[in-house]
Amino acid sequence: MKTIDKSNLDKIIGILKKDGYTVIGPIVKDGAIVYDEIESINDLPVGWGDEQEAGSYKLVKRNDDSLFGYVVGPQSWKKFLFPQRMKLWEAGREGRGFKINHSDEPVPKYAFLGVRSCELKAIFIQDKVFNNDMYTDSYYNNVRNNIFIISVNCTQSASTCFCVSMKSGPKAKDGFDISLTEVINKEGHYFVLDEASEKGKELTEMLDAQTATEQQIKAADEAIASAELSMKRSMNTAGIKELLYHNHDHPNWAEIATRCLSCANCTLVCPTCFCHTMEDTTDLTGDHTERWRRWDSCFSLDYSKVAGGSFRTSAKARYRQWMTHKLASWIDQFGTSGCVGCGRCISWCPVGIDITSEVEKIRNSPKNKIINQ
Amino acid sequence: MDNNKSGLMKLDPMTPEAVKVKKIFWETEDVFTIELVYDSDEKREFSYKPGQFNMLYAFGVGESAISISSDSSKKNSLLHTIHKVGYVTNVLSKLKKGDIIGLRGPFGSSWPLEEAKGKDICIIVGGIGLAPLRPSIYHILKHRKQYGKFVLLYGARTPRDILYPVELESWRKKYDIQIEVTVDRADSTWRGHVGVVTTLLNYVELNPEKTMAMVCGPEIMMKYAVDELIKHGVTEKEIYVSLERNMKCALGFCGHCQYGPSFVCKDGPVFSFSKVTDIFEIKEL
Amino acid sequence: MEDLSGILRNHPFMKDLDENYLKQITGCASNVAYREDEVIFKEGDKAEKFYLIRTGKVALEINGRDKGNLRILTVGPGQILGWSWIVSPYKWHFEAHALEEVRAIALDGECLRNKCDDDPKMGYEMLKRFSHILEQRLQSTRMQLLDVYKRV
Repeated sequence: MKTIDKSNLDKIIGILKKDGYTVIGPIVKDGAIVYDEIESINDLPVGWGDEQEAGSYKLVKRNDDSLFGYVVGPQSWKKFLFPQRMKLWEAGREGRGFKINHSDEPVPKYAFLGVRSCELKAIFIQDKVFNNDMYTDSYYNNVRNNIFIISVNCTQSASTCFCVSMKSGPKAKDGFDISLTEVINKEGHYFVLDEASEKGKELTEMLDAQTATEQQIKAADEAIASAELSMKRSMNTAGIKELLYHNHDHPNWAEIATRCLSCANCTLVCPTCFCHTMEDTTDLTGDHTERWRRWDSCFSLDYSKVAGGSFRTSAKARYRQWMTHKLASWIDQFGTSGCVGCGRCISWCPVGIDITSEVEKIRNSPKNKIINQ
Repeated sequence: MDNNKSGLMKLDPMTPEAVKVKKIFWETEDVFTIELVYDSDEKREFSYKPGQFNMLYAFGVGESAISISSDSSKKNSLLHTIHKVGYVTNVLSKLKKGDIIGLRGPFGSSWPLEEAKGKDICIIVGGIGLAPLRPSIYHILKHRKQYGKFVLLYGARTPRDILYPVELESWRKKYDIQIEVTVDRADSTWRGHVGVVTTLLNYVELNPEKTMAMVCGPEIMMKYAVDELIKHGVTEKEIYVSLERNMKCALGFCGHCQYGPSFVCKDGPVFSFSKVTDIFEIKEL
Repeated sequence: MEDLSGILRNHPFMKDLDENYLKQITGCASNVAYREDEVIFKEGDKAEKFYLIRTGKVALEINGRDKGNLRILTVGPGQILGWSWIVSPYKWHFEAHALEEVRAIALDGECLRNKCDDDPKMGYEMLKRFSHILEQRLQSTRMQLLDVYKRV
């Protein structure tokens, strides 16, 4: 374990940029912390924090100049690995047929600065989605294989967080190149640094890093522990797959549907939701066409459409699909829950539907209480 | 990067390959068949298993998932029998000989023709559902001795909607197969059965202990067929169904075709009924 | 030639029926045969019989008036034709005619009703068997109603 100061964090950004990386980090934009390209630590949300509740998110000024004093915003890193809209190919008419051209744009080389532990877990989950037993998504994996990850451990939690329940935080345990824990106390403002990869070690060697003292490590651990201790929400995941599989007809789904707007916000902010659709767009001459891949949501009516009609016409069935997939069938599909406990779907739901309390309502209904005993 | 572990396709599985329309003809008023060949001098063969499907791409319009309906031992061309129901299939129906379309595939699971060896085979199909099973029928007829009794029960909407009538007649004449065809509605000129496809089971002697059933058609029809088969004593694991869901990518990535924990495009479309028993009756799943 | 009770015993509808009942039912039975296209009964006629089909196919048609004759069901070997003899006022709702040469056992409705009245246990057994057929026919009709193969 080492420690570095702010100027060395800036140095990391410089080294990565020199090395050809596009460095992505948190910035303040449109009243939220979002992820975008950064040039230096000056672009980071210095002194900003966030307050979140079901159906609410707002930025607040902190009384320190921390760089990572917020929790999570509406975006996640999936937008770089699995872009919201992406051209797969284009084609031109040729005789009675067509010719397909692929874009020859180079694969982006990203360095992610500020990846939360839950977000790291979300990336691991999408790794499984886009590399299944039969096929590999080339764009995702090409980007993924080039990525440099600097994770930042959480030292506070939002009221919507429940990563402890999902065993995905607040501390990043592996899968990063470098991890940082930001500490601000009377000793100063520093980052406790841990390297996990060869690339991470090489980079650390180029820094002016000190060996971390026991006290510094303890301060970092305590900060992470305070995030864990202050976590208000939780989700009881015991037997959750069976619970949801056996409650397709639970009255709570209809109750949720009276509130749910089917707006798809939860699926868009979720760092693991992967559903997308294909769209063909053709110009007015009819001679040039493009195939685009864009995010889609199980909340849309077209999502389950076949020639004969849609399979899930009611909002109730669509919410049930989303939640049952996320928390139950995901386990059968990918060997892991699809939820990392980041709480985004709670904060960004315009009507404040809270996945943790919906699970609780189903679990605590009289019929299921008997099952639970 | 090896982005195609399935080994089924040569290129990027997201990119359609160009194929040429060799023949296109109407089977009924709204069902047509396209024969496709590779549009190159290079001698290339199609390789697929009975029950698999392709994504057919009409330039500038889009893709549609279509089951392959040809004899899988004939590798020079592919047949797809298509119900004209939507935007893409409407455009496909207007193709002319020599036109080029795109093809991705083959995708998905296949009918269990290996496991079926030595067993009696009962195929129950409804409507366009005969098309995805035609490759299996070809296979079983070609290897007739490897299978026991062979029964094909087929339900169509009206006599005019019966697919492959000439072929059905020639199978009846040439091979050891019991074929019963019924329609839901008919006028007085029709001499065959009238009634839902499951009533045809009344005319068949099944030995449930050694029968394997393959069922394909609208999901509601499959539900009744499966119920009847089970009533006759056929076990769930010996009943296979082919499910239809919204297939977009066909690679198990886009999520649209999810059915409980399964991706129908990749884990299906052919499932042992025992795999879906628990979820088959759930509404709007 | 097989005797009537033997034929009855081997018909799927009478499967595993008590021998005593079989004997009584045989008393109401007669052998019948119809040529191709011969009408077996007409819509509105008195339903005096029901039939256990042995060979051949029978078409049931409803007179759709301006919609023409609608063929709604065919029944064949091993199946039964007609249940209107159980329900008052014992009138046929459909027309039935032979699509090919048909051989069947006809059972006299009144004879059978009387025997069932005298022996309600047998009556219940017969009713159970008919209910099963009715349920199947109703279910099939619903399926036809769904018009599942229709183009949308």
